[in-house]
Amino acid sequence: MTHTVLIGLGVLIAILTVVAALGLLPSLRIVPDDTHFDFTRFRRISFPISAALSIVAITLFFTHGLNLGIDFKGGTLLEVRAKSGAADIAAMRTTLEGLRLGEIQLQQFGGPENVLIRVAEQPGGDKAQQDAVQKVRTALGDSIEYRRVEVLGPRVAGELLAYGMLGLMLAIVSILIYLWFRFEWQFALGAMIANVHDIVLTIGFMSISQVDFDLTSIAALLTILGYSLNDTVVIYDRIREMLRRYKKMPMPQLLNESINSTLSRSIITHFTVTLALLALLLFGGHAIHSFTAVMMFGVVLVGTYTSIFIAAPILIYLGVGEHREDAKDEAAPAKKSKA
Amino acid sequence: MLYFTRWKALGIILTALIVCLCAVPNFFPEAQVKTWPAWAQRRLVLGLDLQGGSYLLLEVDSNYVKKERLDQVRDDVRRALRDAKIGFTGGVVVRNDAAEVRITKETDVQAALAKLRELSQPLGGLMGSSGQRDLEVSEAGGVIRLTVPQAAMLDRMRKTIEQSIQIVERRVNELGTVEPVIQRQGNDRILVQVPGLQDPTRLKKLLGETAKMEFRMVDTTVSPDQAQAGRLPPDSELLMSASPPPTPYVVKKQVLVAGGDLIDAQATFDQRTSEPVVSFKFNTSGARKFAQATQENVGLPFAIVLDNKVISAPRINEPITGGQGQISGSFTVQSANDLAILMRAGALPAPLTVVEERTVGPGLGQDSIEKGELAAYVGSILVIVFMLLTYRLFGVFANIAVAINVAMIFGLLSLLNATLTLPGIAGIVLTVGIAVDSNVLIYERIREELRGGRNAISAIDAGFKRALATILDSNITTFIAAAVLFYIGTGPVRGFAVTLGIGIITTVFTAFTMTRLIVAWWVRWKRPQSVPI
Repeated sequence: MTHTVLIGLGVLIAILTVVAALGLLPSLRIVPDDTHFDFTRFRRISFPISAALSIVAITLFFTHGLNLGIDFKGGTLLEVRAKSGAADIAAMRTTLEGLRLGEIQLQQFGGPENVLIRVAEQPGGDKAQQDAVQKVRTALGDSIEYRRVEVLGPRVAGELLAYGMLGLMLAIVSILIYLWFRFEWQFALGAMIANVHDIVLTIGFMSISQVDFDLTSIAALLTILGYSLNDTVVIYDRIREMLRRYKKMPMPQLLNESINSTLSRSIITHFTVTLALLALLLFGGHAIHSFTAVMMFGVVLVGTYTSIFIAAPILIYLGVGEHREDAKDEAAPAKKSKA
Repeated sequence: MLYFTRWKALGIILTALIVCLCAVPNFFPEAQVKTWPAWAQRRLVLGLDLQGGSYLLLEVDSNYVKKERLDQVRDDVRRALRDAKIGFTGGVVVRNDAAEVRITKETDVQAALAKLRELSQPLGGLMGSSGQRDLEVSEAGGVIRLTVPQAAMLDRMRKTIEQSIQIVERRVNELGTVEPVIQRQGNDRILVQVPGLQDPTRLKKLLGETAKMEFRMVDTTVSPDQAQAGRLPPDSELLMSASPPPTPYVVKKQVLVAGGDLIDAQATFDQRTSEPVVSFKFNTSGARKFAQATQENVGLPFAIVLDNKVISAPRINEPITGGQGQISGSFTVQSANDLAILMRAGALPAPLTVVEERTVGPGLGQDSIEKGELAAYVGSILVIVFMLLTYRLFGVFANIAVAINVAMIFGLLSLLNATLTLPGIAGIVLTVGIAVDSNVLIYERIREELRGGRNAISAIDAGFKRALATILDSNITTFIAAAVLFYIGTGPVRGFAVTLGIGIITTVFTAFTMTRLIVAWWVRWKRPQSVPI
C-alpha cells in the first residue's frame, strides 16, 4: 500500500521536475520580494513579551517541574504488546500491584494491544532495580511480547542528567567562543541572550506539556540551539555586511533592512524544516514523538521569532554600530532609554 | 565563482562519486558482502534500537577490589611477621583503608618495618619507572600502618577491568550470539551490547556470578547442626547449598584445587541415571593435586563450591587420578550448561553489577525501521515538491544537490562503519530540511542581487560569493552542537549526533561544489539573459 503511494509520488515528482525545468511552472512566492517591515520598532513589544514568557517558563519549571524520563530518574520502563487481541490493562495492573514495587504506571498507547509500564525506582541501589524487572517479567509471563525494556540504576541516571546539563553548557560556551572570534563580542553576547531565551522557553514548553525529559530531549535542545543560532548567524552576517557598506544609516533602520532582506530566506528555510519535522511527527512513531514535538516548538516557533525579534534588535542595546562616526547620534539615545 | 578548471570539476565529481559509492555495500545482503575484498566491506551498522538486542552496562565493585587487596595485605603481614618470628598483639586489623599491626616489643619495630617494607613492590612491575610503590609503610608508636596508595588502587582497578572484560567476553561468546560488543567504559564499567538478544535474563545471570570455583573437603568432625550451634572448628566454615532447599554444610577452608586449574567443562548426561551433569577436566598440576587429595581421603565427602555455595558434596569412592570428573547435583539441562560455561570461562576477579539495561525486541526494531523510512520518504518528498514550486529550474538543481547530499551521508556513514539509530534517521530527515537551506540562501541572494540591478551572470556570481560565507558560519555553529552531542551522548542519541554532524559536512561540501558546478554548467550552456528563479 505505502509502496504504491510512494511510487505514485515519485512519478509526480518526476513530472513536476520536467515541468519545472522547462520553466512552465508559476513561481511560488511565500514572501513578497520587497518587504519593509519595521521589525526593530516591535522590540518595545517583543522584549516585554519575551521577558514575561521567560518568567512564566521559569515559574512553570519550578512549580510543575519537568517530567523526568527514566534516563534521568532511574527505574524501569517496559513497553509490551499483547500477543493476541487487546491488552488487559486492568488485569495487568492487579498483577503488578500485587508485587509491592511502589508506584507503577500503566498506560495504553498507539493501539489497544500496546501498554507502557513504568515502575518507580526501587530503594536499594542497582541490584534492587534488576530484581524488580525480574519480578515484573515473571509476573506478566509469556503471553505478551516485550518490545522494549529499560532499567536504570539511580547513580547512572544521576550521571546522565549531570552529563546532559554539562553538555548543554559546553555547547553554549563553545558556540559563544566561536561567534566571538568571527564577530564582535556584542554579537556573541546578543546570540547568547537569544540562545538562553530559546532554551528557557523550550523548557517551559516541556514543563507545560509534560513530555518526557530524557536524553533525546537534551539532543532536541542542542539541535534547537544549533538551528536557532544558524538563523541568528545568517542575520548577523547580513548586519555586519550592512555595517561595512552603509556607514551613515541609523542602527534601527540598518537592522530593519538586514532582517527584511533575509526574511524570505528565513521563512522558506523554516518552512522546509517544518515539512521535514511534520513528516517525522506524523510518521516517525512514538519513539521519537516527544523529540520531534520539542524540536517543532523550539526550531519553528521560538527559533524564528528569536532571531528576528530578539537577536537582531538587541544589538541596539549592546552598542553595535556606536563607533561609526555618523551613527553616534541615533544609537546613543537608544542606550540611554534602556538604562 | 562560476569558473571551474577542468581538473577541479573532475576532482569534485570524483570525490562525490567515490563517497556515494561507499554506500553501495548496504544494498547487498550481508552474506554476499562478506565475500568481497576487505576494503569494500564497510557498511552501516543498525543500532540496537533498530535491529533489536540488549545493551548492558556493568559496574565492577571497586569497594570489593579494595577490600580484597587489604585482606591480602593483612594475610601477607601476618605471614611475614610469623616467618620472622616477630610478635604482635591484637592481630592484623584492616581499618580506614589500611592494615594496621601493633608490634609487641619495641625493640622489634625496626626489624618488623624492614620486613614489611619488603612486601611493597614497585608499581607497574619491572617496567615501572614512576618510583611509586604499591604499598606505603609507616610507623607511629609501635603501630605499623600499611596503606594502598591511590595510584596503586587505580592500577589494580585497571587490571581488574581488563581481566573482567576477558571473562565477560568468553561468557558472552559461549551464548552463541552474533557479533557482541564488549567495551570498557570509564574507570569501572564494562559495556556489553548483544544484537538480537531478546531476553537478557540468562545473560545477566551468567554475568552476575563471580564463578569462583573451589574443590574443598567436607569437615566430618562436626555435624552442620553442631556447627550452627556455635561449635565451628576454626579452619572450617558453614556454607549453604546452591540448590533449594538451603542445606548447610561444614566445609574446610583449605582449597584442594581451584577453578583456575580447570581446562574444560561440558554439560552432558550421566550414562546411568541420564540426568544432566557437568563433566570437567583439570590441567596437569590440577590433576596431580586432585589425585593426591582423593587418594588421601577415600570414603570421605568433598564439596564443590561455587561462589561460596555448595553445588554438590559427593563421597570419594576411589582415587581420581585421570584429572577428570563429573558434577551431578539436580541440574536442569540449562543450569548444567550455564555451570559448564562459567567453569570454562573462569572466575571474575570482582563481582559485576548491572547498572543500566536497555533491551529492544525485534518487533519494535522492525517497526521503527519502517516508520523511520516512511517519515524519511514523506519528508523528502514534501521538501522536494516545495523546492520545485518555489524555485522551478533552480529547484531542480537544488533537489539534485540534496539527492547527492543524502547519498554522500550514507556513503560517509558506511565508510565510518557508523551506527544508524532511529534518532539518526530523524537526523537525516532534518538534514534534508536543512540542506536545502544552503540553496535557499544562495538563491535568495541571487534574487536580491537581481533586484539590485545586476545582470544575470553577475547576480549569480555575487549571490554565490556572498552566500557561501554565511553558509559556512551558520553551519559551524550547528556542527559545534552536534560535536558536543556526540561527546556526551550514548547509543541512539550519539547516532543522531553522527548523522547530524556528517550531514552538515556534506551540506557544506555540496553547497560549495556541486550546486555551484551545476549552476556553472547551466550558465555556460545557456548564456542566460535572465534567471528563472
